[in-house]
Amino acid sequence: MTQAPEVVEKPEGEGPPSWLERVAPRDIDWRSLVIIPSLAVLSALIVGAVFIVFTEGLDAILPAYRALFSGAFLGWSSISETLLVATPLILAGLAVALGFRAGLFNIGAEGQMTVGGLIAVIAGFSFDGLPAIVHIPLALLAGFLGGALWGFIPGLLRAKTGAHEVITTIMLNFIAFRSLDYILKLPGIQAEGRFDPISQPVLPSSRLPRILAWLPIDGAGGLRLHVGFLVALAMAWVVYWLLFKTTWGFEFRAVGANPHAAKYGGMSVTVAIILVMTLSGALAGMAGGNETLGVLGRASPGFTAAIGFDAIALALLGRSHPGGVVLSAVLFGALRAGGRTMQVQSEVGIDLIVIIQALIIVFIAAPELVRAIYRVRGGKETGQLTRGWST
Amino acid sequence: MTAVVDAATLVRAPAEVRRARVRGIIYLILAVGTYGLLASGTEGDVIFRLGEVAGDLDWAVSSKGLATFSAAVFGFLGGWEVTRGVGRWSNVALAIALGIFAFAFLGFAAAGKSLSLVGMLDGSVKAATPIAFGALSGVMCERVAVINIGIEGMLLTGAFMGAVMGTIVGPVVGVIGAALAGGVMAAGLAVLAIKYRVDQIIAGVVINIFALGLTSFLSAQLLVENSTAFNSPGVLRPIPLPLLSDIPVLGRILFEQNIFVYAMFVIVAVLSYGLFKTRWGLRSRAVGEHPKAADTLGINVFRTRYVNVILGGMIAGLGGAYFTLGSVGAFNENMTAGRGYIGLAAMIFGRWHPVGALAAALVFGFADSLQVKLAILDSGIPSEFLLMAPYLVTIVVVAGVVGAARPPAADGQPYVKE
Repeated sequence: MTQAPEVVEKPEGEGPPSWLERVAPRDIDWRSLVIIPSLAVLSALIVGAVFIVFTEGLDAILPAYRALFSGAFLGWSSISETLLVATPLILAGLAVALGFRAGLFNIGAEGQMTVGGLIAVIAGFSFDGLPAIVHIPLALLAGFLGGALWGFIPGLLRAKTGAHEVITTIMLNFIAFRSLDYILKLPGIQAEGRFDPISQPVLPSSRLPRILAWLPIDGAGGLRLHVGFLVALAMAWVVYWLLFKTTWGFEFRAVGANPHAAKYGGMSVTVAIILVMTLSGALAGMAGGNETLGVLGRASPGFTAAIGFDAIALALLGRSHPGGVVLSAVLFGALRAGGRTMQVQSEVGIDLIVIIQALIIVFIAAPELVRAIYRVRGGKETGQLTRGWST
Repeated sequence: MTAVVDAATLVRAPAEVRRARVRGIIYLILAVGTYGLLASGTEGDVIFRLGEVAGDLDWAVSSKGLATFSAAVFGFLGGWEVTRGVGRWSNVALAIALGIFAFAFLGFAAAGKSLSLVGMLDGSVKAATPIAFGALSGVMCERVAVINIGIEGMLLTGAFMGAVMGTIVGPVVGVIGAALAGGVMAAGLAVLAIKYRVDQIIAGVVINIFALGLTSFLSAQLLVENSTAFNSPGVLRPIPLPLLSDIPVLGRILFEQNIFVYAMFVIVAVLSYGLFKTRWGLRSRAVGEHPKAADTLGINVFRTRYVNVILGGMIAGLGGAYFTLGSVGAFNENMTAGRGYIGLAAMIFGRWHPVGALAAALVFGFADSLQVKLAILDSGIPSEFLLMAPYLVTIVVVAGVVGAARPPAADGQPYVKE
């Protein structure tokens, strides 16, 4: 392991905050934590409006955004859908955020979700006759372990050979997709009587139960929000506790802040990197299990629906803090759920939401841009982001 | 420079010796596996058709002999790596061994049948084209130390703009528009990475998400309803080059293609010369290796980076136009389907060199073409595993098992002028 010369050249204290400071700030400055994200979302919505004007005309903006809002928040059914979409986003967002905290960029949440979701489905249809109270945790654990395996590989490669996790996780994403295509056609996995790649449906005893059926309103039994949302919130708390209340979490953050110092402090950087990537993969795997066991009921090609990539955006938006991730996931869930209503009620397509999400990352990742537009003062973040393939 | 290389080959570093041993053991395992699985299980001949029609230029080989030869090559390389080490040519050795293995594999899959080799190689070149454009775009950016994860997004915008401009105005304007669209995306990456010093991987991810959202949105809003007005550019026909296309076998594969394939070869030649033999290339590489030193010598680091990244984006945009104007003839949502990431992989496998990038793209294109062929042959071998090959190879390369590839020293680091 050769030391990067830049570390030596930069005088301590004078240099701008590091890459990690940017994505996972240590001290909580309300300007960068509240104002910048809010302005980022606002700016993204404004630019989104420009796209609406360009394609559908000026009059289309209000109905579109009104439908977006009502589809996201107005009524129990909208709230249920928002939180339903937010559930896998919370888990995948936690996966990416945990990696960021340890200085690792897990771009492979999508592949880890694929593997976790598939294994959870296999566990979901394999064990006939189990009571739900045993079957559900078992199937979720299977997803957890599947994702863990897919996170362990890049972690091991990074720790032992220095192979950059960005490249290995991108490649493992595609390996996961192709493996899914193959496995879904295997006898025993493929649904009977089908010739396309699609798995058997999971048994009812492994379906995640819906949690809003008790509401005293018509059709509440049809509200799709399931128990996975509570699991995701619990995991957010677990990640918070792990990162900020345990020795392990301290070591993870130390490795992220300065691996050399962590090594001199007697910590094992190798173990920390492997553990973080494995846990990160496991969280993403749970996100996959949540989708297959809670919503889809089976696995098919592309069932992850780019949730793993949205997770990168919301980990940035949530500043890699579990609480921030939950809030950002709910916001993204609202955009997605509202986007569907927008697509139905107005002329504007749901892909606008993807554009808005991309713009949110731009504004979050380049806070100077937001500062320049809105002339927000203070909280200097003119940061140099030092990170390349070779580090 | 040469003295350093010579010294390095005379005295091998312990890490390199260890890597060579690992490679050697892997080769030996491959040799045993190839012999055990391919050579012992096949009977009969495979007929490789080299001509246009059956009977014209046929080449019959024993499947078993071919597999045994492939196993012998693996065994030889394994022995060489374990004892002495192949050294800097290990990537080339691997490529040749894998090429021979591919033939042995084909012989195994198509034993007793005949196979149009020309058709397959032609398919390889076609499949390799967009991958090569993506890889060359990556080379342009990373040689000046800007990581380009956004190749996929640039390909996609190029494909979209190529279809729209190609339909409204004409194919030539479509190609130019595609290059410009790729350039605009790259300018976005450049501004984020160079001016605002956003983490370059995040900036690239943004480009990909934004391009996917933008093209899907515009496609759903405009193209789907008015496909005749916006989305029916037609396909650019192959242009047989006079004389060259008459060469048997090779002529059909290399010189009877459309303009994109020729452009790919021209860009590889121009970049190989430009990057390593001209003042511009020296300056670019200096900016990528040690920007501070380059700045001290009066090279404008920022301008060099902006120019090269935008040119790189234009190359990717051109590659994107291949999808709509060169092969499919219309734009579909997310039609690039991860080719940009394979391009990134090809750039790494090709060691940040234009010729290497092209060679890697051809290898990956061959895997793609082979996969299509195997599905047609109905050999019972799952084609998904061949589609995985580029990704597996890339992981092996970045893990340093094969030819420790070294990126430009300052890759990924923004430059701050003092």
